Amino acid sequence: MSVPTGITRVTLLKDLRLEWRSKDAINSMLFFSLLVVVVFSFSFDPSAEESRQIAGGLIWVAFLFAAVVALNQTWAREIRNQVLDAYRVSPAPPNSLFMAKTLGNFIFVSVLEALMTPLFIVFYRLRALGPVWQLLLVAVLGTWALVVNGTFFAAMSLRTRSREIMLPLLLFPISIPAILAMVQSTTAILNGEGARFWIVLLATYDLVFTTVCLLLFETILNAE
Amino acid sequence: MSGNGYLFAAYAVTWIIHIAYLGTIVSRYSRLKREIEGLKKK
Amino acid sequence: MKKAFPILGVLTAILLSYALYMALVWAPTERTMGNVQRIFYYHVPSAWTAFILFFVNFVASVLYLIKRKPAADIVALVSAEVGVVFCTVVLITGPIWARPVWGIWWTWDMRLTSTLVLWLIYVSYLFLRRFSSSGETPLLAAALAVLGALCVPFVYFSIWFFRTQHPQPVMGGGGSIDPRMLHVLLINWLAFSCFAFLVCWSRYRLEKLQRDVDQAHALESLLDPRRGVR
Repeated sequence: MSVPTGITRVTLLKDLRLEWRSKDAINSMLFFSLLVVVVFSFSFDPSAEESRQIAGGLIWVAFLFAAVVALNQTWAREIRNQVLDAYRVSPAPPNSLFMAKTLGNFIFVSVLEALMTPLFIVFYRLRALGPVWQLLLVAVLGTWALVVNGTFFAAMSLRTRSREIMLPLLLFPISIPAILAMVQSTTAILNGEGARFWIVLLATYDLVFTTVCLLLFETILNAE
Repeated sequence: MSGNGYLFAAYAVTWIIHIAYLGTIVSRYSRLKREIEGLKKK
Repeated sequence: MKKAFPILGVLTAILLSYALYMALVWAPTERTMGNVQRIFYYHVPSAWTAFILFFVNFVASVLYLIKRKPAADIVALVSAEVGVVFCTVVLITGPIWARPVWGIWWTWDMRLTSTLVLWLIYVSYLFLRRFSSSGETPLLAAALAVLGALCVPFVYFSIWFFRTQHPQPVMGGGGSIDPRMLHVLLINWLAFSCFAFLVCWSRYRLEKLQRDVDQAHALESLLDPRRGVR
């Protein structure tokens, strides 16, 4: 068990270092996130009361867009340097690679979300009526749901035509139950209502899909 | 459109979709058959 | 085996005509909705058939992941395609029914919504098959099919709870169904199932033929490199 986690850690650290060094990618992503928030705020200019009803949906749609752009980025670099083939022939278990990639994407997308959220709060004059820790829990579970499937589908889309459009095309339909849960729970918490069902659903979704993606990753990595 | 109009539309659309799909199968099939004839001749 | 096809075709056509007669004439007219309700006899069997086909896709995909048999891959492709066709019928007849009854084209009714999500999942499956290069398509598609099938219970649970929180007009009528209507419904379901089977069989034969031809082409260019790539 120590070897796979060691490989995961090493790969993850490598990815994070590379991202940090390629400041261009980070800067463009940050600016993109800001743009998304601003455009949404122009499009929907609700009163403080209304905003609590629709903010949940808007925020998660914005996060979804940011996640897709981020996910498309992370595998692109691997292809350019034919790193994928190196992974395939190495004795490292594919699961470690998958976990490393997913964790890296998770961190990356979480950073983007952390930057977008204060902007949303300001533009929409948001004030949560429910407990904030629950909002954080939903953010973590929801982001993980998007990222775990997204990383898997990004790997799948690598060798398809129209790679960039394939990722959202595959990701969105399967993510619909999770997106519904994210949006509904966020809206419920903002309005001081119960979100337990949605949080449990989201956690179950995360568990099931993480397991299955781990089981199937080796198959799709070696598909030829 | 009266109620019966909607009823007719629903049934018609169902069969239009099915027949269109069957049509694509048949046309691809005949095109393949012609291609096979071409291959055999070579 | 091949001789059975035209015989089954004729039998299915007869069954479909009988089922149509039952739906339009024999079935009693519904009290509140009138004749429009008869759309039910096409809408619901199409939905059931689509669900069965998607389940077949799941089983075939799992079989392919385990055994790697090309026949399983073809069955997966065929069942997904025909399933999407039937699903499309459901999604179009649904609004056509909703409009005169509820005055709206769409409602986030549980059945319609979950059918829409299913349709989206399997259309994305078909896109993956179209866009990936032929060597690895069966494996990738099988993986996607498993994920999609696993998603289905989540789709139902989430939409069910969503609808109980935000009640919408219910389509298809809740509660018990008149036994004569049930009879007509089942006859139409049987007829459409036979029809679906024949369509799948045709599509299977087409795909098998296509793959044989592709193999022949590949072999041809292998054996005679001067001919160049097809």
